[in-house]
Amino acid sequence: MDLGNFLVMRQELGLLAVFVVLLLFDIFAGETPAMKWFRPLAVGLFALHTAAGFLPVPEGSAFGGMYATSRLTVLMKNVLNLGTLAVFLQAGEWLRGRETAIREGEYYVIALATLLGMYLMISAGNFMLLYIGIETASLPTACLAAYNKYREKSAEAGAKYIMMSTLSSGIMMFGLSYLYGAMGTMYFADMQPLVSADFMTVLGFVFFFAGLAFKISLVPFHMWAPDVYEGAPTATTAYLSVVSKAAGCFVLLLTLHHVFGNIGRIWYGILWVLTVATIVVGNLFAIRQRNIKRFFAYSSISQAGYIMLGVLHGTPEGLSAVVYYLLVYLFANMAAFGVIASVENHGGRTDIGAYDGLYRSNPRLAVVMMLAVFSLAGIPPLGGFFSKFFIFAAAAAKGDYVLVFIALVNTVVSLYYYLRIVRAMFINAPAEGAGERFRTDAYNSVSLVLCTAGVLVAGIASGLYGYIAGIGF
Amino acid sequence: MMISMEHYLIVSSIMFFVGIYGFIARKNLLAVLISIELILNSVEINFSVFNRYLYPEHMEGLFFSLFGIAISAAETAVAIAIIINVYRLANNIDVRHIDKMKH
Repeated sequence: MDLGNFLVMRQELGLLAVFVVLLLFDIFAGETPAMKWFRPLAVGLFALHTAAGFLPVPEGSAFGGMYATSRLTVLMKNVLNLGTLAVFLQAGEWLRGRETAIREGEYYVIALATLLGMYLMISAGNFMLLYIGIETASLPTACLAAYNKYREKSAEAGAKYIMMSTLSSGIMMFGLSYLYGAMGTMYFADMQPLVSADFMTVLGFVFFFAGLAFKISLVPFHMWAPDVYEGAPTATTAYLSVVSKAAGCFVLLLTLHHVFGNIGRIWYGILWVLTVATIVVGNLFAIRQRNIKRFFAYSSISQAGYIMLGVLHGTPEGLSAVVYYLLVYLFANMAAFGVIASVENHGGRTDIGAYDGLYRSNPRLAVVMMLAVFSLAGIPPLGGFFSKFFIFAAAAAKGDYVLVFIALVNTVVSLYYYLRIVRAMFINAPAEGAGERFRTDAYNSVSLVLCTAGVLVAGIASGLYGYIAGIGF
Repeated sequence: MMISMEHYLIVSSIMFFVGIYGFIARKNLLAVLISIELILNSVEINFSVFNRYLYPEHMEGLFFSLFGIAISAAETAVAIAIIINVYRLANNIDVRHIDKMKH
């Protein structure tokens, strides 16, 4: 046996090491005063792992093509790492609360398990590993959604998530079984030349695609998202809307282009319709939301539509624009959720009314939130403007002007509802009894600073996009 | 009468769509879970049948079924744990009553 195989899996092994250390620490020190070191340990180890991800990694495949890694997959995993690190920084304050303090360590351990599943999804070279990765990612996520054990909403969110994710993976597996029947293999590399537009392959593909579309909540497979996002703890909502969604998008991008490239004409039509529906429905429903987490659920649905815009054409520019878009989206959304978590931890409110007059009580939080929603809406010079620009440019380069036009109109619509939050924070007077100044805890502040810096730097430094585009597909 | 591949596929397709129907129509969370199990089992039949009839030289489909069985067991465990928690908090596992977030 060649142990060199395992060197290719360096990132997975690193993550597994962090996972084991934290699990053992939680088991043996869980009830002792040493538990106060858990949070610095978890965040520190994971930050180390994230930093190590940027070191060069050997490319190659392992286990007979089951597992493959390239500079692109490493970059994708780094994006997921950054998102998870921000979630770790933001979750602590809520986890130390009365209801969850006794199970504080488990949250980090479970989140790491889902992250390992996402790594496997991205690096899979075989549909079986892809399926195992998706399940490893989504089963523990249901636990994270149901983490507030004494809140009915949280339990509901968990139940809805586990039911929908199991249904979607069932549908996906049904599609995979027909693909297997048509081609007799599950390896991406072997399937790719065999894919043709015969009935069984297309049937299998449509089921597979529907299952994956559930995971990234494309319309009309988005019905679970608002309820789960609202009911789940805020840290989990952030995790779902950023890390989990990014992983789904990466997998869709990789499988569509590396496996189903031959039937591109077929999935182009399907994806075109879904993209338009996702952007429009996400935007229109976001307008009338009163709960901020529900609001961000619809906002992230429409953002997924913009991401699909880059996936559609499969040009190298479009695909690197997708990775860049997800990176910027990660910074902006995590900054917004950091503020949401901070406001919720001090007062327990998640309705948009809680943001009235936030600028007067907590000016710094209000500015962070403003930069985040401006970036999500795509206002220059923030990162969000350039990520949208590259996505649109990639679609326009292929002559898809109708789609670009629809997306542009929707960007204007989205500006309206994003500005509602800004207006509430800066113009509205604070409600009776609210509007007190509060301190965000240190970890969360670090994550807010990092995410805001990310949003600003992504807008100013063009080298970031150049780096991603240089990696190539 | 020889039982051919198509017979198995018809059974598995019926199971799949019965599962989808049950998922939508059933009101009890446990019944919904059972419907999902039907879907997953239909997939496992598909994989085994395709493997046996079309590609008997490799075992890929059978292995997929094995992994599928193990994973669906894990899914059931997590789902039931969550359903128990729902029952504790709401005293009910009827999906019509699980609507705290509609408005």
